[in-house]
Amino acid sequence: MTGVSHATVSLGRRVVLHDVSFTPRPGQLAAVCGPNGAGKTTLLRALAGLLPHAGAPDPRRVAYLPQDARCAWGLTVRQVVALGRIPHGDAAEEPVVQAMRACGVLSLRDARIDRISGGEARRALLARALATEPEVLLLDEPTADLDPAAAHAIMGLLRATAEAGRGVVVVLHAVDLAIRYAHRVVVMRAGRIAADLPACQALPALAEAFGLPFGADPQPRLLPPA
Amino acid sequence: MRWLVMALLAAAAVSLLVGDGVLGVPDALVLVQIRLPRTLLAILVGGGLGLSGAVLQGALRNPLADPGLLGVTGAAGLGAAIVFYWGLSRFFAPALPLGGLAGAGAGAFLLLLLAGRSLSGPSLILAGVAVSALAAALVALALTLAPNPFALAEITFWLLGGLQDRTLLHVALAAPPILAGAALLLRLGPGLDALSLGEDTAASLGIPIARTLRLAAAGTALTAGAAAAVAGGIGFVGLVVPHLLRPVLGERPSGLLLGSAVAGGGLLLAADLLVRLAPLVLPLSQAPPLGVLTALLGAPFLIAIVRRTVP
Repeated sequence: MTGVSHATVSLGRRVVLHDVSFTPRPGQLAAVCGPNGAGKTTLLRALAGLLPHAGAPDPRRVAYLPQDARCAWGLTVRQVVALGRIPHGDAAEEPVVQAMRACGVLSLRDARIDRISGGEARRALLARALATEPEVLLLDEPTADLDPAAAHAIMGLLRATAEAGRGVVVVLHAVDLAIRYAHRVVVMRAGRIAADLPACQALPALAEAFGLPFGADPQPRLLPPA
Repeated sequence: MRWLVMALLAAAAVSLLVGDGVLGVPDALVLVQIRLPRTLLAILVGGGLGLSGAVLQGALRNPLADPGLLGVTGAAGLGAAIVFYWGLSRFFAPALPLGGLAGAGAGAFLLLLLAGRSLSGPSLILAGVAVSALAAALVALALTLAPNPFALAEITFWLLGGLQDRTLLHVALAAPPILAGAALLLRLGPGLDALSLGEDTAASLGIPIARTLRLAAAGTALTAGAAAAVAGGIGFVGLVVPHLLRPVLGERPSGLLLGSAVAGGGLLLAADLLVRLAPLVLPLSQAPPLGVLTALLGAPFLIAIVRRTVP
């Protein structure tokens, strides 16, 4: 299984990961949460084998969606999603269509990705990662740019994907989505894993990491600063 | 794609019937010694420039990338300028194209050296800019220190680019590197497609980024370098051709490679036909240089295309 153990990563003179160990587990949706600059993206990049001197994992087994993913050219949605088959070196139609359907972009398959909305493009790029049919999905902010309904739909899809036996790791800023959909919440703070808990127990650790109070009225949620 | 090939063949047939300011079926000697090499070179040079332009735009994710960006064509120009400077062609006829090839080779070597081991798009562009600037400075030095006005005029005129007075020897010298480079570049399709999602995503798809960029640079050096070695500085073909084809063939980089090679050859052949016909139509004492014509036609064309595609 893909994972990092005792990883310490510096970018320039700043240490962004301190002795971090993490392994995605099959069947589990793990949400990585924490304040800006906590090292969430670096952890995901380390898992994807994108940091210098890290061994790259088998691209058929691990798919990665970066935070700032975009397509430089006006490919059609279908062409973008089909790029997910590059590691397999095949032109299999079925996984591409399935991924487009799962992400709700099947009706846009012949539209150019630069002529659809940001949220639709984001879903097409997520479908690209799904089309690889990897064992591990590493997704950096997959719900950014999405309206609330689409965000819930995508998180539900990711949970179902995990429960079908894949390991899914998402970096999320939307704490409520993390608690609602993830099996496990990894709280990062200042380059360390501060807590790694079942989602239902994660709220106090999250509150501490963000320095915010939390309450349970009517649903457990974060509150504005006191 | 089929009509591209047919247009290319039609232009090639016309090209054999059109001389420098003369029309009509020539005798066999003129056909084989003058018009055939000129036609073949236009296809090879234009095709090489079109293909390497499409590859570089894909590899760098930049619609303004052009084979000239890597400095290898500038270095080929420097090699030719050195040959003119010392008048080497007087002693050895193929000195000029060989000097161009040597310059292109030295430029490519310097490019890959400067770009470093962990090659990325920005480091490749930076190295290309450095090689271009160095080659341009040395050409300017050769121009200012030119031993006589003839050398000065020869260097200047050669740098403008053209295909007149080329022989089958030029074809024999240029064809192997251009065809080898094209074979290299045509295999990069899947890597370029993956790169359209950015270097991180492409790497996660198992594409070796540094190797892909190095092959793109090497293939460009072979095709565009050899093209510049025999034809001088012909701009805009590599830049414009992929833009011409995107509305027709789609924007996926791999889908543009073969088409850009064919269309580049056809376009340069057509431009060279205009060069040959211009003295028949316009009151010119001499045919305009091909490189000047491609730039004159290419610049407004490019602006029109980019205006239409970029909102």
